[in-house]
Amino acid sequence: MARVIVNPLRSPAERRNLLLGVIFASPWIVGFLVFTLIPLGSSLYYSFTRYDLLGDPVWIGLRNYNLLLTNDADFRVVMYNTLWWVLISSPLGVISAFLMALLLNTNILGRSIFRSVFFFPSIVPVVVTAFVWQFLLSTQYGAINGVLQGWGFPIIPFLANPAYVKPSLVLIHMWSQGSAMVIFLATLQDVPRTLYEAAEIDGANSWQRLWSVTVPMVSPVILFNLVMSLISGFQNFTLPWLMTQGGPEKATEFYAIFLYRNAFQYLLMGKASALAWFLFVIIVLFTVLVFRVSGRYTYYAGGGR
Amino acid sequence: MATQTSTQAKSLALAKTTTHSKGRLRKLGVAGLLSELLKYVVLLVLAISFILPFYWMASSAVKNDNQIYTVPPIWLPSPALWNNFWDAWNTPSLNFNLYTYNTVVKYAIPAAFGTVLSSALVAYSFSRIRWIGRDTVFGLVLATIMIPSWVTIVPLFIIFKQLGWLNTFLPLVIPRFFGNAFFIFLLRQFFLTIPTELSDAAKIDGANEFQIMFRVILPLTKPALTVVALFSFMDAWNDYFAPLIYVNIDSQWVLALGVEKMRAAVYEMGNQQLAYPYLMAVSTLVTLPIFVAFFFAQRTFIEGISLTGIKG
Repeated sequence: MARVIVNPLRSPAERRNLLLGVIFASPWIVGFLVFTLIPLGSSLYYSFTRYDLLGDPVWIGLRNYNLLLTNDADFRVVMYNTLWWVLISSPLGVISAFLMALLLNTNILGRSIFRSVFFFPSIVPVVVTAFVWQFLLSTQYGAINGVLQGWGFPIIPFLANPAYVKPSLVLIHMWSQGSAMVIFLATLQDVPRTLYEAAEIDGANSWQRLWSVTVPMVSPVILFNLVMSLISGFQNFTLPWLMTQGGPEKATEFYAIFLYRNAFQYLLMGKASALAWFLFVIIVLFTVLVFRVSGRYTYYAGGGR
Repeated sequence: MATQTSTQAKSLALAKTTTHSKGRLRKLGVAGLLSELLKYVVLLVLAISFILPFYWMASSAVKNDNQIYTVPPIWLPSPALWNNFWDAWNTPSLNFNLYTYNTVVKYAIPAAFGTVLSSALVAYSFSRIRWIGRDTVFGLVLATIMIPSWVTIVPLFIIFKQLGWLNTFLPLVIPRFFGNAFFIFLLRQFFLTIPTELSDAAKIDGANEFQIMFRVILPLTKPALTVVALFSFMDAWNDYFAPLIYVNIDSQWVLALGVEKMRAAVYEMGNQQLAYPYLMAVSTLVTLPIFVAFFFAQRTFIEGISLTGIKG
């Protein structure tokens, strides 16, 4: 082992390890090629075609993109809805998860019970979440409107009014942030106690300790949760699809729903692929932007792992 | 044995409660007591808002067609129609026994098996074998988490259609045999905690890499493998989207699709007022296994989630 290796692959042991490593990693390598990289390429190709699955794809150049960007009123609505959703629901989701974690990280009785209760909604089937909330929020039979009515308040059309439906979905989104909360909680518990003690000795109050110790220490995890939430926010499908089918008045017609309709209801595979690639580019740009902006504010212990 | 304990200790530390400085309670004045009180009020209000929807679901499941639209809402239905669970499950025109079989036997079990096996192999490569370019490839694995699944959905659908796989479970199960980035990451973290001396000792005894993995490493990381199996089983159990696209014929429906079709099926029966009680009854039944699993394996769930997220 003390021998200096100039070309690492020259040693038989290294070559054997490379071979073994690749063999063990081959499921992922093959899967990446077959289920990600090649489809990525073919969806780029399809995005330049007209393709209805019956005939062969017909090359039409940039027409799909052109039509989407210049001559598609629905697409503009969908973009608005989606950006609204991402910009509102992702930060609120992350903030609510963080606040719940902070609360659970204080000295409280029954912490693990509260933690389980807060966490559980994030692992129930989405179909169940969708229908239970649809029922709860319904104007006719819903528990929430029932209680409001019983107290003499007017009925709130949570899901039937285009102005209320997105905030209602945000509420449900915040309700199912258990995984992010658990990740925050684990991180908060890893923050060294000595930092808080030092801050306390320096006379920092609890608000200052939060802003100067806790937030910087968990900032990489805030960033991680935010990025994951942005990426999934752009792809939000099942909840609005089951609860509102994009309505009322297209107020919940989000990007993924629009893509699904074009691909699997109208069989416009070319247009759907153009939508998919456009989404991909937007997500990459957003992620890069978030990383750029956060770079200054994110603290990595040990100078950046 | 020592390594197993250290792995467990590490994961336990994640979930461990942090003890605050002792003097705090003594220092509490009136303001302190008030803020403590406020904290518990907030916790309780939150807890109720998290539990109430589930209580509403279960209690509505046993309501009759009158109780369901009473104002103010009935929280404790009397009489409770426990039969609803049976009747809803056996709604004519739906077949929830078949959907359960499809979900578990055709989807969740093979998917969990494929995920554990492939993710463990790949994680082994990224943690126990030193090869040139390993860290670059591992970085690529993590980067793929960010690729939206919608970008590849159209070509994948076309490929599976051309293969004749539509309306079979192959498009749902086969991709699970090629590793899952989150679980590869999670298992790699566990595999890294096992000292290399163990592998070296096995190597001296003449074991090859596969034998080392299956006889030495995997037995030591059973808790982590359980987490992966549990999560991937649950992913499949909860999955609505992939079945919607790939196996959307009634003989192949999974539970999620069966629940979705419930309302239409009740309307077909003629008594529309029963739509919500029946829908809530099957929702309760489909959630119940998740609840039971969570109840008995809370620690496993919560540690598993923590570990997929911690990457700094």
